[in-house]
Formats: sequence, structure tokens, C-alpha cells
Amino acid sequence: MDWGNIFGNAVGEIISPTTAAYALAAIGLGVHFGYTGLLNFGQAAFLLIGAYAFAIPTLAGAPIIVAVLCAIACSVIFAFILGIPTLRLRADYLAIVTIASAEVVRFIVTTTGLTDFTGAANGLSGFKGTFAAINPIPAGTYGFGPFTYNEYDWWVRIVGWTLVVLASVLVWLLMRSPWGRVVKGIREDEDAVRSLGKNVYSYKMQALVIGGGLGSIAGIIFILPRAVQPANYTTGLTFFIWTIMLLGGAATIFGPIIGSMIFWVVLSLTQGILYGAIESGALGFLSTTQAGQIRFILVGVALMLLVIFRPQGIFGNKKELSFSV
Amino acid sequence: MSNIETAAPQTHPLVKGEVGPGCAKTDPIVIADSVTRQFGGLKAVDVAHLEIPRGKITALIGPNGAGKTTMFNLLTGFDKPNTGTWEFNGKSLAGVPAFKVARAGMVRTFQLTKSLGRLSVLQNMLLGATGQKGEGLFTSLIKPLWRAQEEENTARADDLLARFKLDAKREDYAASLSGGQRKLLEMARALMSKPELIMLDEPMAGVNPALTQSLLGHIKNLKEDGTSVLFVEHDMHMVMHISDWVVVMAEGRVVAEGPPENVMKDPAVIDAYLGAHHDTDLGDLMEDGPNPVIEAERKAHEAHPEAETAGYGVSTTPAATDADDEEK
Ligand SMILES: Nc1ncnc2c1ncn2[C@@H]1O[C@H](COP(=O)(O)OP(=O)(O)O)[C@@H](O)[C@H]1O
Ligand SMILES: [Mg+2]
Repeated sequence: MDWGNIFGNAVGEIISPTTAAYALAAIGLGVHFGYTGLLNFGQAAFLLIGAYAFAIPTLAGAPIIVAVLCAIACSVIFAFILGIPTLRLRADYLAIVTIASAEVVRFIVTTTGLTDFTGAANGLSGFKGTFAAINPIPAGTYGFGPFTYNEYDWWVRIVGWTLVVLASVLVWLLMRSPWGRVVKGIREDEDAVRSLGKNVYSYKMQALVIGGGLGSIAGIIFILPRAVQPANYTTGLTFFIWTIMLLGGAATIFGPIIGSMIFWVVLSLTQGILYGAIESGALGFLSTTQAGQIRFILVGVALMLLVIFRPQGIFGNKKELSFSV
Repeated sequence: MSNIETAAPQTHPLVKGEVGPGCAKTDPIVIADSVTRQFGGLKAVDVAHLEIPRGKITALIGPNGAGKTTMFNLLTGFDKPNTGTWEFNGKSLAGVPAFKVARAGMVRTFQLTKSLGRLSVLQNMLLGATGQKGEGLFTSLIKPLWRAQEEENTARADDLLARFKLDAKREDYAASLSGGQRKLLEMARALMSKPELIMLDEPMAGVNPALTQSLLGHIKNLKEDGTSVLFVEHDMHMVMHISDWVVVMAEGRVVAEGPPENVMKDPAVIDAYLGAHHDTDLGDLMEDGPNPVIEAERKAHEAHPEAETAGYGVSTTPAATDADDEEK
């Protein structure tokens, strides 16, 4: 087994754009669930919308700023579509509607009738030009050891992690303010907040839009190193984002970032070790496909252990969580 | 209902015309008309006319299930009536959402306390303040815009917390408070919004009797500051002691109202309470003795002690009530 390579790959995940994308998506979900108490089980849909609403205009020749604004605008509209009928109702209605609509949008982009726009099951590619064109880094290879990338890969990482930092600062500013106090109050008991003269519906909508908008930006970062593939946006993606958020601590600033890093490092390590063991014959009875699935079984087990032994996540406050009903 | 004692029409300074259920007030803050709320076959609220006097302390009493909490929910926009209109300060509030009712100056607390568990006591209090600049999405991002206001609100919150003996708990999570402390916090939080009318649903339930006295004083102070108070309470001592006016509900309807010293003697009230407790021996009530309403309350409490919280049924004899009145 090539341990150097296995660890190298795992360490590389710490700053990978995918890790940044998942962190952004988890920050958004944290605004929904961790701070406001909204049960969004369709965060994957916001990533999907961000990805397609960025890629489609780009392929049609739109400048990058237009494509980014289009992605954000579409996620805002989607948040309103989800929120208007459900946010006046009990919390569980939003959960049902988000699960269902995430599947609906995935089926919509996969339908062959829309092949000209969405590429149907094949997805979209060839949209990286506008992003690469604004890359200030001269062509070449930079870095050391496992962190050696070309100019495009560095550019994606720099932009991705800058956005993670900006999103974290935004959430920190919001949550320390009286606005944050209102949404946290809504998480605890929305009728109490209503009785104090706050427009609960409007605050829930604002939180849904902000978290969803962060999800759509995550969707853009997620596709920049790869192609748009509708198969990436299943409920499995939502489940991983939830895992990351709970791992780090739902209502924390650093939780989603560290949660995403740990998640991807562990996935990479287990993949490296399992594949290595299969190659060396130690686990000869497994195929590499099965090994890939085993990794996700391990994620499930890890999540169970987490919920049992550290329900507040890594950064969460045990006392705070122990009061939750 | 024939009423021998009140054969002569009664009058009262708060009342325009004759005292009786649904009577008009000289200066009402709330006027409700034909408000009904049906739950399946049960008419939980069926109030033909009700006026709440301004600047006074009004008690809303009645046996369990009389519809008091439902009436609160309707007036404050937390529930929708089947029929009815009501106005607050001359402004119609029927169909107005709960948060706008609160902004209009009519703030309520809940019978089942709604403290915000994973916010600190201070944060709970600050949430009560109105017109906060920092509650806007964009203004919230720039602290200098709301820092000064936050400091003012914090000072006011600290003042209220001290008065409600919660200052030592300032930084604790509200979830760590006792039931009685949560009642206090909820009331203090409602006061943060400087309401014109505060509606308290069983404010004393579960509150330590030693603190009850100071709370009574605090509610009286509210009146002196010009706040109108409407409260639901089973503690007859409190009702007799601080209220200027008492409204009695039974089976959804207003069956009697009047000043506290008279309303307890109203046969309709005795009926209302005893109607709910058929096991009470009516013979006991014919003799001179403890106030029948209070006795019925006490017996109901003995029959279902688990259904009520401490502080309920602190019984008081008519003599004690008179003594309280003399204190005034
Ligand atoms: N949401 C509801 N659904 C069905 N019945 C209700 C509901 N709320 C209250 N009721 C019924 O309405 C009646 C009045 O209740 P409530 O207003 O809570 O009485 P009170 O506060 O005077 O004790 C009771 O019989 C109660 O069971
Ligand atoms: Mg009640």
C-alpha cells in the first residue's frame, strides 16, 4: 500500500474545491436548521439550481457576473416557491416539500425534452471558460507536496475558500445581531416571537433565501472542477450536507467548515485504505465498487456514533443542545 | 336568571348604564362583538358583547374550559373566530395577524409558558423590545447602526430583570429556569415592548408565593404607569386583591361582571362554578360560611390537583377579602 499517496490525497481534500462547496452548502443549511429551525431536506436542489443556472447562461455566452447573478436569482425564486405555501404551516410541511421538490427539479433537468438546455442525463460541460478567463494566476504549476496544482486548480480553490470565509463572516454578523436573535427565537418557539410583534413569516423567508442562496453559490463552486451531472444531486447529497453540518455543530460558525474538511479527509482516507487493501489482496473478495459503497456505510455509522456520543457536534455547546426537546 | 340581591339596578363609575354581563364601559380599550369560536360541536367562545376598561386591572375568571384562553387567542390573532369583530383603541383588529396585534400595543403571555430555551434570559428580554433597527436584514450587518439602541434596551431589560428577581439568571439559558421563573420571564419580556394592554394568562401559576406579593405590587404599578391589564387567574386572593373589575366566563359566555367585591356573590357565578362540579353539596353553600365560589374552586382543586399548578386555590374567606379592600 502506498501510504504516502493515500495520506497525500487525504490531506489534499482539506483545501479541495469540493470541500469548500460542501462547507458553503452546510453554512447555508446551518442558517436554515441550526439558527432558524427550518427543516430543509432539499439543500441538494439549491446546489442543482446554482449549477444549472450558472452553466446554462455561460454556455449561451453570458459573462460570468450575469451567470452568477442568474444562479443567485434562481435560488431566491426557488426559495420563495418553497416558502410561500409552507412557512405559515407547521415545520414538518417545509421538510416534506423540500424533499419532494428536490427530486422534482432533478427529474426536470434530466428529462430528454430539455436536452438542448440541460443536457438531460449527460449534464453539461464546457462552461469553465469565463471563470478561467478572469484567473489572474499565470499558467504553470505551483505549490508543494500534496498541494501542487496548476493555475486553474489554484484559482478554483482561492475563489471557493474566499467565498467560504465571506459566507462565514456574513453568518457571524447576522447571528450576533438582533436579526439573529429573532431567528433563533423562531427556532425555539415561533408563537412566542409572534407575540412580541415580530413578523415570523418574513424572517423565516429571509432565512430560507439566505441559506438557499449560499447553497446555490456552493453549487457553482462544486461544478467548477468538474462537469454538471444530474446524478450528483440526489437526496444523498442533501444527506451528506446534513452530516457535515451536524458533525461540526449546527449553530456554529466554524462547524460547517471543519465538518466538511473532516468528512472529505475521512472519505479519502477510507477509500485509499480500502482500495489499497483490495489491490494487495487483503480484501480480495471486495470489488472497488463495493469498497466505494462501504465508505458511505462507514459515513452512516460515523453519523450514528456522532449523534450518540457527541450530539452537539465538534463545536456545538453540549449544554445548549441538552435543552433541546 | 332571577337575581334577588341585585333587583335594584346597579351602577359603577367604570360602567356606562347598568352593571351586568356585557355592559358598556365609560372608557373601553377593547370592545368585542358576537365573537364565537367552535371546536367541532363545542362552542368554546360565544361572547355577545364585552368591553375591557382602559387603565384598569381586569380579571377574567371562570372554571376550567370556560373559554378564557381561547378568548385570549382570538383577541390577539393567534386563533381565528367563526364570527365576530373586535376593536382595540377604536381600531378593528379582527383578522389582523398576531404580530401586528402585538405591535398595536396589545401584548399577551401564554398559559403554557413559551420561554425561548436556548437563548439566555437577557436575550429573551431583548427580543421583547420593539422598533429595533438591528432586526432589519441589512441594518443588522452594521453594528454602529444599532449599538446604542441595544445598550438602551439592555439597560431596560436589566431593570425589569431586577424587579422580577431574575437578575442573577441574566446569562443563563432560559431552559434552565424553573416553571415559575419562566412565567416571570415571559411577563417581563412582554413588558419590554411597553404594551398599552397586557394580557396575562394565569401569570401566577407556579410562582413561588413569596414572590406573588411583589408581583401583585408590580402589576399595580403597571396600572399607575397607565398600562391596562387583563389577566386570567384562578388565585382568588389575587383576583380580589388587585383587580378593579372582574369578568366571569362559563361555557364560552360572559355570565357576569362587576367589581370584585360584588361579583363573587352573583348567583350566576356560583352557578357557573358549581355547574362544573356537580359533586359539591349545595347544602354547604346555603349556610353562612366561606365564599361558595372559592370553596368550589378549592374542591375542584382537591379533586384534580395534578391539573393545576401551585398557587391555584389559595383560598380566602370574605373576611380576608374585606381586609384587603381596606388596605387600599
Ligand atoms: N385547539 C382546540 N381544539 C379543540 N378544542 C379546544 C381547543 N382549544 C380549546 N378547546 C376547548 O375549548 C374549551 C375552552 O378551552 P380554554 O379556552 O382553554 O379554557 P380555559 O382557558 O377557560 O380553561 C375547552 O373545552 C377546550 O377543551
Ligand atoms: Mg386557560
